[in-house]
Amino acid sequence: MTATTPRPGDMRPLEPVPGERPPRPRPAPVPEPEAAEYWSAAHEGRLLVQRCDDCGHTQLYPRSFCLSCHGPVSWMEASGRGTVHSYTVIRQNHSRPFRDWIPYVVALVDLEEGPRVMTNVVGVDPDDVRVGMAVRARFEAVSDDVGIALFEPAV
Amino acid sequence: MTPSRRRAVICGAATSDYPYLPELSEHAVHAQAADRALADAGLTYADVDGFATAGFFPMYSVGVAEYLGLHPTYFDETNSGGSSFEVLVEHAAYAVESGAAEVVLVTYGSVQLSQMGRRLGTGGGGGAGMPGPAIYDSLWGNTLVGNYALAARRHMHEYGTTPEQLAAVAVTMRGHAGHNPQAQYRDPITVEDVVTGRLVADPLHKLDCCVISDGGGACIVTTAERAADLQRPPVWILGGAHATTHHMNLSAMADLTVTPAAQSGPLAFSRAGLTPADVDVAQLYDSFTITVVLTVEDLGFCAKGEGGAFVQDGGLGLSGRLPTNTDGGGLSACHPGMRGMFLIVEAVRQLRGEGGPTQVPDARIAVAHGTGGMLSTGATLILGREEP
Repeated sequence: MTATTPRPGDMRPLEPVPGERPPRPRPAPVPEPEAAEYWSAAHEGRLLVQRCDDCGHTQLYPRSFCLSCHGPVSWMEASGRGTVHSYTVIRQNHSRPFRDWIPYVVALVDLEEGPRVMTNVVGVDPDDVRVGMAVRARFEAVSDDVGIALFEPAV
Repeated sequence: MTPSRRRAVICGAATSDYPYLPELSEHAVHAQAADRALADAGLTYADVDGFATAGFFPMYSVGVAEYLGLHPTYFDETNSGGSSFEVLVEHAAYAVESGAAEVVLVTYGSVQLSQMGRRLGTGGGGGAGMPGPAIYDSLWGNTLVGNYALAARRHMHEYGTTPEQLAAVAVTMRGHAGHNPQAQYRDPITVEDVVTGRLVADPLHKLDCCVISDGGGACIVTTAERAADLQRPPVWILGGAHATTHHMNLSAMADLTVTPAAQSGPLAFSRAGLTPADVDVAQLYDSFTITVVLTVEDLGFCAKGEGGAFVQDGGLGLSGRLPTNTDGGGLSACHPGMRGMFLIVEAVRQLRGEGGPTQVPDARIAVAHGTGGMLSTGATLILGREEP
């Protein structure tokens, strides 16, 4: 996460306590059967969305059917491009590992293909994030076979 | 003309002590509230044949019934978060109107503050261990506050709502709390105090967020016929409805600025045969200032996008457009985790003319609207002083 200048009221990460464990890694999801491909693709640096075989509706999160017509769905590789629909800067979170990231951006991003995803926007000063900002996916492995899509400003 | 039928009323209501109860267990808070509501009604536990409550474990209502020594033949523990108690009272109304129950006791108890401190709302559980779809939005360190902040940011973007307008909600609630000797915070605050305060999750400041408390409440639902023999004037349950748009995943909420109140509100008003213009006093779940702005829009007190203007300049004050949260609300008086019961108790007090310094003159119709989860559920009750 990008460091920024502290502002009054920022909850700074707690000072390391001698003997305390090192910062925890980002939590890794345990994939549901119907979503295994979604997480493993992100591990390979690809963002997948589901597309309905019958009506063409696109969706995330992954489900076993199309939310629009209840038809069958297939995977489609997304461009990774999107725009920030809304965002917040988290300045207080007592849970690890998140407290070590403060302040950080949590955002809803509308993908070019339609679906909306929750994510972190990284690689930018949190105070510079805006609704409507163009972003692109950036992948991070969180286990041996699971990856996640973060977003950063599109250049 | 009107076909003779059983009509549901609230015949007793009370809060427990609050906001800090380190000497009580969670179940003892239920019991204290139940004792007081029964005493208010002039009933005893022996009169109760139905019981409803909501908590965080399966079979919660059964456990609290055991603690209270009840053996009910109707029970309900529908948990929709903060809106649970509006749902439970709506269900209880159906139960007494259908004849499935005669006297339903609905209780709430929490010792959130004593047991957990002020951590609620600002932890990110991580999601790694959570089953099912909740993982999709929980990997990112978002918090409960952060979810409401995302809605607030989008509302600002679409409608130009300002931090000062949100702050006006907190300022008005604090003003009401100043008249409530039990309220957790009573000293007046200004808009500037709110907007210059510490940001918890932009754009929500500390004072945009509800307090964290211990406390509980209870009410008793029975038929108008039964209530006619009791000591308190009945409060009529004129209409109720509830709805949901999503659960833990805010990414699954179709529109961040439209809450389930947009469904439950019109349904409840329709069932009551009333409109928002008929409402004299409102008790609206104020987990965050933005929650109230969204709720007044979705219930139809103003158009979508006009909530900011509606709540500013004392719009929710005693002489404002819609006197709201006359006890000081969750923002200042008491928020033990699921505040819905407090909304009902305060609505009953207002309709019985027991509001004291914050009594809305001649209050005939009240709305109590609970919001649960991450703006996930909404439940509306329309209550009245007079027989419909």
